[in-house]
Amino acid sequence: MTDKPADKLLGNDEAGVFALLFWTAVACLLIVAKTQDPAMEIHAWFGLVASVAGAFALIVHASERRGTPPDEIGGKPNYHMGPVKLATALGAFWGVVGFAAGLFIALQMTFPALNLDLPWTTFGRLRPVHTSAVIFAFGGNVLIATSFYVVQRTCRARLAGGMWPWLVVWGYNAFIVIAASGYVLGVTQSKEYAEPEWYADLWLTIVWVIYLLVFLGTLWKRKEPHIYVANWFFLAFIVTIAMLHVVNNLAIPVSLTSSKSYIVWAGVQDAMTQWWYGHNAVGFFLTAGFLGIMYYFIPKRAERPVYSYRLSIIHFWSLIFLYIWAGPHHLHYTSVPQWAQTLGMTFSIMLWMPSWGGMINGIMTLSGAWDRLRTDPVLRMMVVSVAFYGMATFEGPLMSIRAVNSLSHYTDWTIGHVHSGALGWVGFISFGAIYCLVPWLWEKKRLYSLRAVEWHFWIATIGIVLYITAMWVAGIMQGLMWRAYTELGFLEYSFVESIDAMFPYYLIRALGGALFVIGSLIMVWNLWMTARHGEPAEEAAPRTLAAQPAE
Amino acid sequence: MYETLAHAAQTWGLIYFVVIFAAVLVYALWPGNKKRFEDAARRPLDED
Repeated sequence: MTDKPADKLLGNDEAGVFALLFWTAVACLLIVAKTQDPAMEIHAWFGLVASVAGAFALIVHASERRGTPPDEIGGKPNYHMGPVKLATALGAFWGVVGFAAGLFIALQMTFPALNLDLPWTTFGRLRPVHTSAVIFAFGGNVLIATSFYVVQRTCRARLAGGMWPWLVVWGYNAFIVIAASGYVLGVTQSKEYAEPEWYADLWLTIVWVIYLLVFLGTLWKRKEPHIYVANWFFLAFIVTIAMLHVVNNLAIPVSLTSSKSYIVWAGVQDAMTQWWYGHNAVGFFLTAGFLGIMYYFIPKRAERPVYSYRLSIIHFWSLIFLYIWAGPHHLHYTSVPQWAQTLGMTFSIMLWMPSWGGMINGIMTLSGAWDRLRTDPVLRMMVVSVAFYGMATFEGPLMSIRAVNSLSHYTDWTIGHVHSGALGWVGFISFGAIYCLVPWLWEKKRLYSLRAVEWHFWIATIGIVLYITAMWVAGIMQGLMWRAYTELGFLEYSFVESIDAMFPYYLIRALGGALFVIGSLIMVWNLWMTARHGEPAEEAAPRTLAAQPAE
Repeated sequence: MYETLAHAAQTWGLIYFVVIFAAVLVYALWPGNKKRFEDAARRPLDED
């Protein structure tokens, strides 16, 4: 990005990355020396080794390269795909880890002996490993990869920031390692989906702001006057997550060498802030970001323009204006004021409209290319994903209605709902995007095996259906058992009886999860074979030769 | 405090949201923007 004067080893961007790594290493060294907290010491050692290794790699890279990569070569943008490749590969890796962790804790719920009677492997510690691994590690890496890819292609501009995008990807994954290892060691601030402690949060804030600046810098350099809709969704995702993360994690550490901190919010304010954060993690991380993927990869793969670009604009603005208010529906029948509960519920119901508008826009993009559903399992995966988006966003507002919530809340119905969104929508749209990206990034003609994609699609789909249906039955049964009274007004069932009744459904859920894991392993094999042994693309990439549909 | 906030939300908040939504609709449906949006819809397909 910046010119490298002949007498200097590092360009400005490289010097900046080096300075950040240097001061991180110094801070970690001080903590290593001072701390009496074993978990903090492990994390400080990790931070020290990682930042020294990063700085070393940076110096080696800088001393070996000749000149600075140009923004354009022969009038064409010189895209920066290295960080995209890395994030794609890490996304696939963390996906398998996260799904396998989910399967393991599903089996723990079925067979509690699998808790192994060790503190590190109890359900309470492994559950956040699963949720963070699938949402932040798998989903986050896929979002970083796709956003960096899409913003470059649709702006016809090289990624801004020189070395900084590399720091975003490596730094984000370092955060994942700190978070996950912390959970196993018992480090948590006990906020759902925001479990990492203050120092991990601080590091993530730095990485995230750099991510925002790289994204904005690329938009700034764009050669296309119009900012394509997918970039709007990605930008909303990055900006809102920054805001949510900072406000929900305003905590004061016990000391600078302790992993323990206390949140500044108290009581009902804490609950409100937490679910303002929690629901918008769904709305802006798991929805807006992945809608950015939908609006680029479905038209691209179907070789059809977006069904209605006007609808996409209305979709975007109404989605982001409504989602931010929906959080209090997580707190029905609590000490949150009734009017705030009603407000959350009302906005949740209004979300039906943008959600379904977006779903229709995604699916109708196949107009004129419906036959591709039969022949292209990657496109089918993405379209089924949008269908799951429609189902999950129909179910969600329904469950936010206070009367329905009185039955569904705290039961496995919620878990089923979340997984129809997570496995169906987020999982499948990510798999679709990864299946598109790997041949493009590694410059291959096509995927190694489309038949393997067919197997992945069907095995994972059956897995999701088993999962969701088991949890519907389990959840409604739990809800009904908990509210059943005898003629004399006593509770009909003890709590443990309701747990006992769950056994067959938990077993079916674990089976569904196992199928989903198997599907993801097939995908990883297929991606590996594509990158390693795929037929190389010809000089002009095949995607540029794609037939233009008739006007 | 609650009375003030509730009143503001039920009047100005409502007007604010309706105006913003109307502005989005006008922008999206404005005839002059038609060509630009049709081109934008093809953006993923028109890459080099």
